[in-house]
Amino acid sequence: MNDIKKVKKLIIDKPLKLDCGQTISNFPLAYETYGKLNDKKDNAILAFHALTGDQFASGVNPITNKEGWWNYLIGPDKAIDTKKYFVICANVIGGCMGSYGPSNINPKTNKNFGTEFPVLTINDMVNAQYHLLEFFKIEKLFSVLGGSMGGMQVLQFVSNFPNKSETAIPIACTHSHSAQNIALNELGRQSIMADHNWANGFYEENNKTPAKGLAVARMAAHITYLSKKGLQEKFGRKLQERDDLKFGFDADFQIESYLRHQGSVFVDRFDANSYLYITRAMDYFDLSKQFDGNLSKAFEKTNTKFFIISFTSDWLYPTSENREIVIALNSIGKDVGFVEITSDKGHDSFLLNVPDFLNTIKNFLNTSYNKKNEKRI
Amino acid sequence: MKKEFNIIANLVEKKSKVLDVGCGDGELMKYINENITNDIRGLEISKNNVQKCVAKGLTVIEGDAEKDLKQFPKSSFDYVILSQTLQAFLDPENVISELLRVGKKAIVTIPNFGYWKVRIHLLFRGTMPITKDLPNEWYNTPNLHMCTIKDFVNYCNKKNIKINSKNLSYKNLFSQLGIFVIEK
Repeated sequence: MNDIKKVKKLIIDKPLKLDCGQTISNFPLAYETYGKLNDKKDNAILAFHALTGDQFASGVNPITNKEGWWNYLIGPDKAIDTKKYFVICANVIGGCMGSYGPSNINPKTNKNFGTEFPVLTINDMVNAQYHLLEFFKIEKLFSVLGGSMGGMQVLQFVSNFPNKSETAIPIACTHSHSAQNIALNELGRQSIMADHNWANGFYEENNKTPAKGLAVARMAAHITYLSKKGLQEKFGRKLQERDDLKFGFDADFQIESYLRHQGSVFVDRFDANSYLYITRAMDYFDLSKQFDGNLSKAFEKTNTKFFIISFTSDWLYPTSENREIVIALNSIGKDVGFVEITSDKGHDSFLLNVPDFLNTIKNFLNTSYNKKNEKRI
Repeated sequence: MKKEFNIIANLVEKKSKVLDVGCGDGELMKYINENITNDIRGLEISKNNVQKCVAKGLTVIEGDAEKDLKQFPKSSFDYVILSQTLQAFLDPENVISELLRVGKKAIVTIPNFGYWKVRIHLLFRGTMPITKDLPNEWYNTPNLHMCTIKDFVNYCNKKNIKINSKNLSYKNLFSQLGIFVIEK
């Protein structure tokens, strides 16, 4: 974990007033960049990560040595071509890849914050990341994009800063976290809290981690990222390295073994308290409520060009919820495109090699970039 | 490009705001986008066609005109285009009123069932007419509400919708396609 100290960090000295009422200042925001900011500073894209993502969107993550979470999308000659665009991605506050979060030291106690860390919102995350624009002296981003919780950040960003991005691509997300999604997040949190090692969030003092609870949380969540059809096709009732059932509780089925594996690799890279804080922020997200129940009002002041994308087999953030955002934008005459991509890969589709999805983003961004430059001539 | 598209494009004023309802693969939108106005977007129900529009770099909203026009506010476009899809809707009357609500003007094209070849086909062969603009058999045609140019003009007159109806009988017999600009 020492490597985490080496990641790029912006120390935000300006006080940030959080939605919970507390104010934080002098806090770190870990970030990574890909490509080069051009002289006009008009080619910058801010990518927002989802629940368990981090700033290492492209290339190889130096901490985990695994591929960046959006490596299919972002990189040289990829859909978001980093030879052309400058991509910035930050670890959300509350996260565990170098940004200010529950494993930081609480100056009052000289111990890890644990559950004494303030509860955050999507709004807080976005306001913290806005400082990156000032840091890079970018007057206006070319695009903001993200999937899932990243998409929620896109919506909040445009609402908070209506003239700070030419385009916006919210993907597989919602403007208001549903009861079903709150329930699923609660399942994950309760699983962590039920692990004896969690110790009310102060596990770092004991040098123990609630790995089992976190692994179960991940296993449950992982199912929600896939589709029934996708699971059936990939695993069916296939057995795991055995010819017959063993009449026990070992992983007889491949799907069991797969989920156990997903759980166990996750605990090596993710902090249990961060999982609590970030899922809470998602649950609290309700952009329409911030505007008296009228979502359109969130976008009244913006001229940002939207493109919204959903996936056919995503039951976690279904097309109907994405379409509500399209309707809110159309009803006030804003510029918006919308596509539902056919995919059996469930909510995870936005992270995977789904050619129609990757091409949609590529075409939208490249056309918008060319149009923007035509206008100037 | 189809001749029909050329005529439609010439009816659209430069720099106006346009919605192409049932924009198909985006061929018409692309032409208008490049030559007339770049403030244009399409509404299309077929995923396959939506991807073709996206590949052309066009702004497209995947959706169903019968359900999704209502999300646009009144007079939010200078022109709303409906090219050869009116007869395929379950409720064309509702679609027409939505077009005229959303657009200041609507450009509507219809395959003309009063075209002389269509009439002759039915008169002498006694079977459902098949022509260039009506290529399907009765059992697989998407067209639910066929009409003639005269029918459409009569409808507009009845509903007090402004429409050009010069040389109606002549056009009704000799045109394969009716192209109209209508407004409230």
